[in-house]
Amino acid sequence: MMLATGFLQALAILSKDLWIEGTSWVRWLGLVSFGILVLLLFSFAVGPNSVMLQKHAAGYLWLATLFASANLFTQSFLLETEGGALEQLQLAPVYPAALFYGKAMANTLQLLLVMVVMVPPLIALCDVWFVEGIGLFVGTMVLGALGLSAPGAMYAAMTARLSNQQLLLPLLLFPLIVPALLSAVKATSLIFFGDPMGQVGSWLTLLAAFDIVYWILCGVVFGRIVES
Amino acid sequence: MIIKVVVTIVLLVLGVLGVKLRLHDRLNPMLVCAVGFLLLAYGHYLGLFASPEEAMMREVGRIFHVHVPTALVALFTYLVAFILAVGSLWTGARKWDAYLEATLEVGILLNVLLTIQGSIWARPTWGIWWTWDPRLTTTAIMVLSFIGVLLLRNAITNPERRATITATGGIVAFVNVPIVYMSVRWWRSLHQTQSSPETVSPEFQLPFRIAAFGMLFITVGFILARGRIALKRLEAEADAPDLPDLNTVKPLDV
Repeated sequence: MMLATGFLQALAILSKDLWIEGTSWVRWLGLVSFGILVLLLFSFAVGPNSVMLQKHAAGYLWLATLFASANLFTQSFLLETEGGALEQLQLAPVYPAALFYGKAMANTLQLLLVMVVMVPPLIALCDVWFVEGIGLFVGTMVLGALGLSAPGAMYAAMTARLSNQQLLLPLLLFPLIVPALLSAVKATSLIFFGDPMGQVGSWLTLLAAFDIVYWILCGVVFGRIVES
Repeated sequence: MIIKVVVTIVLLVLGVLGVKLRLHDRLNPMLVCAVGFLLLAYGHYLGLFASPEEAMMREVGRIFHVHVPTALVALFTYLVAFILAVGSLWTGARKWDAYLEATLEVGILLNVLLTIQGSIWARPTWGIWWTWDPRLTTTAIMVLSFIGVLLLRNAITNPERRATITATGGIVAFVNVPIVYMSVRWWRSLHQTQSSPETVSPEFQLPFRIAAFGMLFITVGFILARGRIALKRLEAEADAPDLPDLNTVKPLDV
């Protein structure tokens, strides 16, 4: 019963967040443009060497996603702290874990959308294709977005209301998600260039293990963070 | 491995006993540090001068006696920080928070030291100061994660919120510690697998043990001294009078 209620509450938070974000097309345009801009900057920095660009394409995609995610996570909690919305949410009979999972799921979906928009420019810029199949690539994107979203939502709550949130959130988040970044980049790279040794599975297992650990751990500690 | 687990548990039980006997209030940190420095000096004299040189790396291998004790004590300090973080979250008491702050700071100091020592060791043996290696990379990430927690702590002014956020941040950052420890086994790494007295020649065991205990004593002394300062600061902060409510203060007649 408690689980079902919590699940419904998380879905309500998710739909609320998506509805608010969905109405702000300017923010969406900003986020997507930022992601594509990072991709372009990487290709400028590396130069016109197409072999090099192709080789590092997976890294560019995930770093652009990571940089965009920091903006996304900051914004997701700014919505709650501005105008005291978080206090109202706490007064309502909502489980803190439901609040966390709702927000983390909303972050995941938004991050996936940003990535989907970034993929065509990446293919055009770096001349890559899904040698191992598009399904595996979508799976990697989902697992990677899940891996960024849980710690992202937690650290956004921790740094909410701080004047230097823009600095602290990446400083806390980026070191923590390195195992997820590493496995997502390796898996994506293998999907782009072929996987004769069958290594994609082990990288995705590592990514899934990271997701499970942090989705549970962050859900457990989130209540204390919001209460404080 | 079993011996390491047993030693860790024994040290933690001794730590709990020490807290029960209020040794953290009674012990003189300077005295603990002095014992530590003496042990470390003697251990290093044995390791760096008296013991035979290492078979493969020759004289360069002697840095083992400096680097490995630092690394072991650094990881142990983070384990203590994790326990303090859980305790701080559980009890909400100021003391846990103060000693957590102290332990995090000392842990970061040891972590930076071990990274520098490792880099110095890497130069003559691997030919480079730094390389992309799972152990090196995860160690660098570990120190950055804990520095992030301390910076976050510094940015929060509300004492209760600061204690909660430091504790939760510390718990989440600790997840990296077992990954650092096991990285040399899980990934193909340039770094050798974990060293302990059981993995080295009998001639190296005594200097290693003495240096490790010396480092442990110094660390305990540092944590005690820093924890007391942190506690005094937190108490002073709690005793400070509240700022007057700006809505009720009358403007000065000038």
